[in-house]
Amino acid sequence: MSAAPLLSLQNLSTHYVSQHGSRVVRAVDDVTLDLHAGESLGIVGESGSGKTTLALAILRLLPPAARIVSGRMLFEGEDLLAKPDGDMRRVRGKRIAMVLQDPMASLNPLFSIGDQVGEPIRVHEGAGRASAWQRAIGLLKSVRIASPETRVRQYPHEMSGGMRQRIVGAIGISCGPRLLIADEPTTSLDLTIQAQYLELLRDLQRQRGLALIFITHNLGIVAKMCDRLAVMYAGRVVEQGPVAQLFNAPAHPYTRALLGSLPRMSDNRERLTAIEGQPPDLSSLPPGCAFAPRCPMAAPRCATQAPPAFVLGEDHSARCWLAAPVAAA
Amino acid sequence: MKQYIARRVGYSLLSLFLLSLTIFLFIRLTGDPAALLVEPGASAQDIENIHRRLGLDRPLWEQYWLFVASFVQGDLGLSFYYRTPVLDLYLQRLPNSLLLAAVAMAFSLLIGIPSGILAAVRVGRMWDSAGKMFALLGLSLPSFWVGLVLILVFTVWLGWLPSSGAGTAAHVVMPAFALGWYFAAAHMRLTRSSMLEVLGSEYVKLARLKGLPEALVIGKHAFKNALIPVITLAGINLVVMINVAVVVETVFAWPGIGRLLYEGISFRDFPVVQGVVVIGGAMIVLVNLAVDIVYALIDPRIRLAR
Repeated sequence: MSAAPLLSLQNLSTHYVSQHGSRVVRAVDDVTLDLHAGESLGIVGESGSGKTTLALAILRLLPPAARIVSGRMLFEGEDLLAKPDGDMRRVRGKRIAMVLQDPMASLNPLFSIGDQVGEPIRVHEGAGRASAWQRAIGLLKSVRIASPETRVRQYPHEMSGGMRQRIVGAIGISCGPRLLIADEPTTSLDLTIQAQYLELLRDLQRQRGLALIFITHNLGIVAKMCDRLAVMYAGRVVEQGPVAQLFNAPAHPYTRALLGSLPRMSDNRERLTAIEGQPPDLSSLPPGCAFAPRCPMAAPRCATQAPPAFVLGEDHSARCWLAAPVAAA
Repeated sequence: MKQYIARRVGYSLLSLFLLSLTIFLFIRLTGDPAALLVEPGASAQDIENIHRRLGLDRPLWEQYWLFVASFVQGDLGLSFYYRTPVLDLYLQRLPNSLLLAAVAMAFSLLIGIPSGILAAVRVGRMWDSAGKMFALLGLSLPSFWVGLVLILVFTVWLGWLPSSGAGTAAHVVMPAFALGWYFAAAHMRLTRSSMLEVLGSEYVKLARLKGLPEALVIGKHAFKNALIPVITLAGINLVVMINVAVVVETVFAWPGIGRLLYEGISFRDFPVVQGVVVIGGAMIVLVNLAVDIVYALIDPRIRLAR
């Protein structure tokens, strides 16, 4: 791909600093990622591996204790980190939208659906109440909500979980963003509703040429939804590349372990393979590779030297000494 | 909605029954009112006569029944001491208590809500600490002491405000402040904690993700949700203020129902005490009922539930 990427993260690091500065948690560490228009990128990793922090960093909506300490974020060629707060606010919801994890809690119980769906249109495009209301009806239709004319006037408590999540999706696409970030949007839905919602997201993405960042710990969803995959471990992207390549030829032992822990229909294993040990404490990371203590293939140098990202092929890289070209190793 | 209201009304009536029974029995533990009404050296026959005149010679259950039956018809009986209807005494004093409570409430909300929001939005910073100090003082300084200090400063030293009585706008300022500070502190603390809870919610996060200006995030999405518990508390507090200003009314010689109750207790004037307490209870119950209904109007989850 030769065109400039839609979103380009360059060596982005985000740390949580405790009140007196005594504890630094490296939630996102030296992350470099490119995302092109219309592309969908899956980000997987265990809880606490920095996925959500990364998403919030892109929108610059981190909790007060978190700082973006270094790196660059370019979106459509603009440096997001250089923007004043007011300009950044105009990016949120208009050019980059995000869907949160919990559809039950994401909608304000005191305002009608029409008000909440139309709100970004009124704020970003200066639309009047009536025209925003009409647009809200259209948006509900596009997320396949039946009888949207009635639904706009209703309140969140009158909707099922699946409907609420689709409404949150409608809010996400209301201003025609170029990038939609979905943070585990299906974890609280049951399986059939999950499948419907994923299909809806996929269709919206195709129709509107949206780029999608899909944060999940479910590799099955990634296989269905995404073109590319980034695997995060302890705040770092340890491997990234096209989904098919990572699934067929994972280069990093952690990616391999994640794939190995997936249950399969053809399984005749007695137990699922679990990854031994615990994820590391992000405030006292080992000097070398963070995965080394749990890695079945760790060599002595892994404990002392952190591996850089080695390029394995077009658009495929891994932070592992095993992936090092022979000459370098 | 109808069922909801019917259930609330049922609970209210039950509370009033329990309250009337309790005050009826407890006021009779204070002693014999006849002892305060007779001349020194009166005979047993004189006391007997007074008992008969006041109806205290009848069995307790009959006295209670008479009290409840006439209360329901709007008759609170005659005051033992003043020999006039308790209702007249009450209605003479009520406007003063209402005025005092209204001004104290306005003061407590105008101070409490904005400072609570400010403290929540600037949590852990200077305004938050200043607010905490204000609340701590308000909740821990007794109102008679605050009243005396106010009199010392604004009447004795500065000579700006009258120390006692009612009648002009200047008269209401100090008692309203002495009464309202405690409630301002309570309203501030509740606004702060309720606002903090709402600010951490997912829908506030989504409001920010939508790119709404911070004023809209706080003023619309957070404020309305955070206000619900504060409305409840303020509604109940308004009635509490009317009925508990006994100490403040005594310090400032404010002729309200708090003073009436105080006098009633000192004279063992059973009808006055019973009347003031049960009317106060009825007010609190009614306001609770009203708050529940206002709740239902604000919150569609209650409004639309069948």
